[in-house]
Amino acid sequence: MTGPKKIEAPALRQSTAVAALQPDAMAGLKCYVANEKIQQAIGLPGKLAADWQETHDAAIAKMGELLGKYRSLKVFMDACVHCGACTDKCHYFIGTGDPKNMPVARQDLMRSVYRRYFTEAGKLFPDLVGARDLSKEVLDEWYTYYWQCSECRRCSVFCPFGIDTAEVTMAARHILDTVGYGQKYTNEIIGKVNNIGNNLGLSGPALQNTLEGLEEDLKEDTGLDIKFPLDVQGAEVLLITPSADFFAEPHIESLIGYGKVFHAAGISWTLSSHASEFGNFGLFNGDYEMMRKVALRVRKAALELGVKRIVVGECGHAWRVAYSFWNTLTGIGAGADDPFAVQLQSQLDHRYKQPAHICELTWDLIQQGRIKFDKSANDHRIITFHDSCNVARGSRMGDAPGGQFEIPRNIIRAVANKYVEMPQGTTREATFCCGGGGGLLTDELLELRVKGALPRMEALQQVVDQQGVNFMATICAICKAQFTKVLPYYNHKMSMVGGVHQLVSTAIRLGDK
Amino acid sequence: MTVATIFFTVLYYAAAAIFVVGMVVKIASFVRTPAPLKIPTPPAPTTTGGVLLRMLREIVLFQSLFKSNRWIWFLGILFHASLLLVLTRHLFGFLQPTWFWAVWVQTYFPYAGFVMVAALVGLWGRRFLVERIRYISTYSDHLMLALLVGIGASGLAMRFIEDTDLVTMKAFFIGLMSFDLQPLPVQLGLYIHLLLVALLMIVFPFSKLLHVPGVFFSPSRNQTDDPRAKRHLAPWAAKLEKT
Repeated sequence: MTGPKKIEAPALRQSTAVAALQPDAMAGLKCYVANEKIQQAIGLPGKLAADWQETHDAAIAKMGELLGKYRSLKVFMDACVHCGACTDKCHYFIGTGDPKNMPVARQDLMRSVYRRYFTEAGKLFPDLVGARDLSKEVLDEWYTYYWQCSECRRCSVFCPFGIDTAEVTMAARHILDTVGYGQKYTNEIIGKVNNIGNNLGLSGPALQNTLEGLEEDLKEDTGLDIKFPLDVQGAEVLLITPSADFFAEPHIESLIGYGKVFHAAGISWTLSSHASEFGNFGLFNGDYEMMRKVALRVRKAALELGVKRIVVGECGHAWRVAYSFWNTLTGIGAGADDPFAVQLQSQLDHRYKQPAHICELTWDLIQQGRIKFDKSANDHRIITFHDSCNVARGSRMGDAPGGQFEIPRNIIRAVANKYVEMPQGTTREATFCCGGGGGLLTDELLELRVKGALPRMEALQQVVDQQGVNFMATICAICKAQFTKVLPYYNHKMSMVGGVHQLVSTAIRLGDK
Repeated sequence: MTVATIFFTVLYYAAAAIFVVGMVVKIASFVRTPAPLKIPTPPAPTTTGGVLLRMLREIVLFQSLFKSNRWIWFLGILFHASLLLVLTRHLFGFLQPTWFWAVWVQTYFPYAGFVMVAALVGLWGRRFLVERIRYISTYSDHLMLALLVGIGASGLAMRFIEDTDLVTMKAFFIGLMSFDLQPLPVQLGLYIHLLLVALLMIVFPFSKLLHVPGVFFSPSRNQTDDPRAKRHLAPWAAKLEKT
């Protein structure tokens, strides 16, 4: 055994010209495979079958099933013309140079198998059309490279046919799961959220303790009784937030911010010990039923507590699931006429968006003048905003397209005086993933995470050098955790990253309404 | 009837049948497969009208490709636009009388075929010169370009080198369409052109040319962004609620 490899950040590029390909640069980096216990806890086969043929047949059968269930997968397998538009768009390719991290090449890992088994051309002329049999080596390659994709959808923005590698990655992971080849990090967390109620395995009493401690701290700081209520029947708002908000830094600063906003606006709210987790790692595995099961906890908690509004905290992929999928999966939303969804929708107050992002709630209150700020309290910060990939490219806020870009920025400008933008092409719908999304926020992938952060770090460096930026705000628990870990590799302080509601928390006026 | 006439008659009926049946089967499979989740790539339109405009911008202007890579966009739009002009001019061969706007195209764009071939050569060049694109190119990518260049070049040869007997050729195609067999002129350039076009029709439903119907069915482009306002549920997903 050699010692752990020392991970170094790649040098910032002087121009955005693409460097030469580094074939197989990341071929050796494979995240931990889930053990039998983890797999079986979420109803998946414990491990690969002893007989390869059995695995092969099961994988191809699953692929056929998914091709019949997802138009996205079917069209994306057929429509690619290998034009190359996406080849320089992935942050993992930019950071590693590994050609299999180019979106089209990543898709082709599956497309080559699709062609062999599901198209006439690939059945008759495999070599001609780049088709290949599914072998153990191919399956291993899938595992390696589909777990080097953060499902950030940047490639999809630039594809002339809208081909979204995230959809392909999700299908591949779903297939891998069903043949007993799941990923430890993601599947372990799905087990925890199903059994305990949140991704970190925080029990109800432990959560109660944490929240009480927080209330005491805030009492000391502000002299006010700012509450963090848990399981309060009949509260107006049910807040669902990533469980990292309960104790991780800088996440908890945003939780304090939410509490202050509710306090200042006089809105009754509650957390739920049954559904104390906003994150939905079912998305990462591309498994509809797994994602549905995780999401149904929120439906159940909302029905039990009788809340009128469902509001969610700062989390990227979870907001994608909430905004784009909750209505489909659980009926949290509006406009349904089926009994399953109507049961919940008739309870909700449709003067408000359901579900709503905490940024939408805060921005509405700011516009109504119901919360006020002392902007100078943030004057020690020169702030920039990192658009989290799944918020930017998987959701919306407010009424108009692009609200997910404008509303967080509007809030920052309302609570702070010094705000600057990172360079064009690295923000809004073209934003770069932090490098840790989509189920890759695990230590054994640190090398990939450090390298994948390169384009964001380059953009950040530019505003640090030119405008003196010392705070990068973001609204995603994964972004916060990833940057906290990765910023030091690029010679920045880890405290440079924080939440939008951390800024709100600093500047909000509490006593003098 | 010459052997060539009979050969091309049979070939074109077969190619047309394969093309039509292949495309219908493929498009039907796109239509039948549900999109269970809302996945439009934001910022996405919130209304059907907005989606139509977005699709129009994608299909006519290649909007996303423009954002992505100006070279591919330029060569791509040059190829597709000149192909459209060339195809319009081909209506001469199939319609009696010919529509006025086909005449208009014939009059004002006599050299569209050269532009088309030049754009194809440019696109092909990228497959050799750009390392990333060289890496992703398969044999079929090269062969598809070779086929299109072959079709373009043989077509240009028919017009500018060989003095093709257009009147007889038109009679042949109108005959084909009305099941009234007519002789085909004896000309090498014409034979090559017809052979390659038939090949293109045959491979169309089995190749990456499926991007043509595919772009209309891409959920990331053709969905409205309204998941909170309307419940979107695929039939197979609705069944989960029954259990």
